[in-house]
Amino acid sequence: MSTATRGTGTTYREAMREALREALRSDERVFLMGEDVGRYGGCFGVSLGLLEEFGPDRVRDTPLSESAFVGAGIGAALAGMRPVVEIMTVNFSLLALDQILNNAATLLHMSGGQLPVPLVIRMTTGAGRQLAAQHSHSLESFYAHIPGIRVLAPATLEDARHVLAPALADPDPVVIFEHGSLYNAAGELGPAAGPVGLDRAAIRRPGTDISLITYGGSLPKALAAADELAADGIDAEVVDLRTLRPLDGTTLAVSVGRTHRAVVVDEAWRTGSIAAEVSARIAEESFYELDAPVERVCSAEVPIPYARQLEEAALPQTADIVAAAHRAVD
Amino acid sequence: MSASRPTTRPRKEPSAAKPGRKAATTRAGAGPPPAGRPEAGHRTDLLEAMLRIRRFEERCVELYSAARIRGFVHLYIGEEAVAVGVSSALEPEDAVVSTYREHGHALARGLTPEAVMAEMHGKATGCSGGRGGSMHLFDASRRFYGGSAIVAGGLPLAAGLALADRMRGLPGVTCCFFGDGAFAEGEFHETANLAALWNLPLLLVCENNLYAMGTALAREHAQTDLAMRAASYGMPAWAVDGMDVEAVEQAARRAVGGIRAGAGPHFLELRTYRFRAHSMYDPDRYRDKAEIAQWKSQDPIARLTERLRGDGELDDEELARTEQRLADEIDHAVTAAERAPEEPVEDLLRHVTSAPSGEVSRP
Repeated sequence: MSTATRGTGTTYREAMREALREALRSDERVFLMGEDVGRYGGCFGVSLGLLEEFGPDRVRDTPLSESAFVGAGIGAALAGMRPVVEIMTVNFSLLALDQILNNAATLLHMSGGQLPVPLVIRMTTGAGRQLAAQHSHSLESFYAHIPGIRVLAPATLEDARHVLAPALADPDPVVIFEHGSLYNAAGELGPAAGPVGLDRAAIRRPGTDISLITYGGSLPKALAAADELAADGIDAEVVDLRTLRPLDGTTLAVSVGRTHRAVVVDEAWRTGSIAAEVSARIAEESFYELDAPVERVCSAEVPIPYARQLEEAALPQTADIVAAAHRAVD
Repeated sequence: MSASRPTTRPRKEPSAAKPGRKAATTRAGAGPPPAGRPEAGHRTDLLEAMLRIRRFEERCVELYSAARIRGFVHLYIGEEAVAVGVSSALEPEDAVVSTYREHGHALARGLTPEAVMAEMHGKATGCSGGRGGSMHLFDASRRFYGGSAIVAGGLPLAAGLALADRMRGLPGVTCCFFGDGAFAEGEFHETANLAALWNLPLLLVCENNLYAMGTALAREHAQTDLAMRAASYGMPAWAVDGMDVEAVEQAARRAVGGIRAGAGPHFLELRTYRFRAHSMYDPDRYRDKAEIAQWKSQDPIARLTERLRGDGELDDEELARTEQRLADEIDHAVTAAERAPEEPVEDLLRHVTSAPSGEVSRP
């Protein structure tokens, strides 16, 4: 993910913005709401220009009241709208966790099926920009723990561009995690790309010797690790989970059945992580396929520090993935 | 208060919160008859609606003691004037968000005793299919968005319902019930600000029964004048005698009228009292017996009954027939609930997502 190439190049940020623009144009029930999504243009610039195009009713700046505006999104979804609620970062989303868990994820069941909540929540996740311990965490597993919501982690330009439409078509709540380090990722958007499925992981690089299983901001690192491993004569397959709930156990089992080894890469803390869940699935469903213990490469169990060298040391790096793969293969 | 008074002035003279005081801003029976209804019939309708809730809950106590219904059960006995008076001011296109103490709100909104009783029995015929129980009653067809057992958790949701109705050009007002405990939660203050900022068609109904579970108002609020604090968000806010169903109805009609006219959210502090403990588990060690007795002397059902008698509008034989009809209605609800089918265990994973259950069994 280096610099844009030729005139059709785009960035993850622009791809997400184009997806929002398309949703706002094609369905009058859709509106975007969150802190600084309008006049400021989005804290990461994703919604820049949308206020001018769609007006303040549909690109709606909110007070700094995460619980109120997420809850308002739930209520609006119940009453026939299709809100897209943006939360600045996953750390701030904890202020709205009550609404997401106790209302959005629960109302359908608690009401005996009467109240589906077609709400999309977008939020930034992840570290790597020296933003310290209240802007840098990867708490996807908090949300993936909850029955009743779908959790997505688009990691490519195509997914950034095409995940929103099916998310809005889902009758139930969908949480989309956008890794902050991906916004500037640039490249060409495949012309044939279209709406993506929400149920399947994707093989980003096929291989036969080991499965590198990851998602979100760690995907570029896993792909880079696969390149290094290829130079060492190891043919690594890279699996992008894309959907963290429900997990695509089939693709995991097929990949591990092919490679017989797995490294799970997850920027979250190891304990209670997505990586822990993936490892358990492999143990449950592919135990007899394994030729080596499952390896995990996760963040150090520390609040993410500010200092550059400390932050880098805390996060999974390409070299860590390569080393884990060698442990599994050698 | 006369009906011609402007509806948008911020609260009037709420009195200090203490048990037994009279209405701060409204006077019983002073308002016009509700539009489209004969006054005499309407007042007995209010009485019947309160009696239905009272008798229903008295039966709940028996059933709970007999272990026929379980879970947390929070009784509304004593507070019936609030649900009945407010609901009487609402139309079918309006939306209602409630709390965990919601039998009264549900019945006043028109949910049948049968549907609510079946829910409390955990039956498939219950208004939430047996998934919710006493604290989570829902009826989408009546825009009854049900009971939140997270104190103040329904408030943001109510703001969203109001926002959607306005964005869609619909005339509905969303009414959100909550208690004095919720007033201490951030979600109340976030929602009050948001609703006033966006001028949402939202009626905030604070049932101030003086206790947040076991914590008295003055032990949880530095300033106990809740209407005054709500007014600080820039919305009309009135304190009303919540033991007087006609005063409640009149205040609610004024507020709803203002909201429909585009004046934005309104706040009602309805000063009331629960005669029973917080829940069936609660030994009620924190309230003074004299205080309870004083509030019981203001029983909203007794007050309306006496007023109707004094006005020559109550026929004792008619009242007896009403009581019998309600007893039959509740008997029928209990019998139907006991006979109703249980949701099969095979359906455990239904309604987790809108997808067929097979897709959610392996997340």
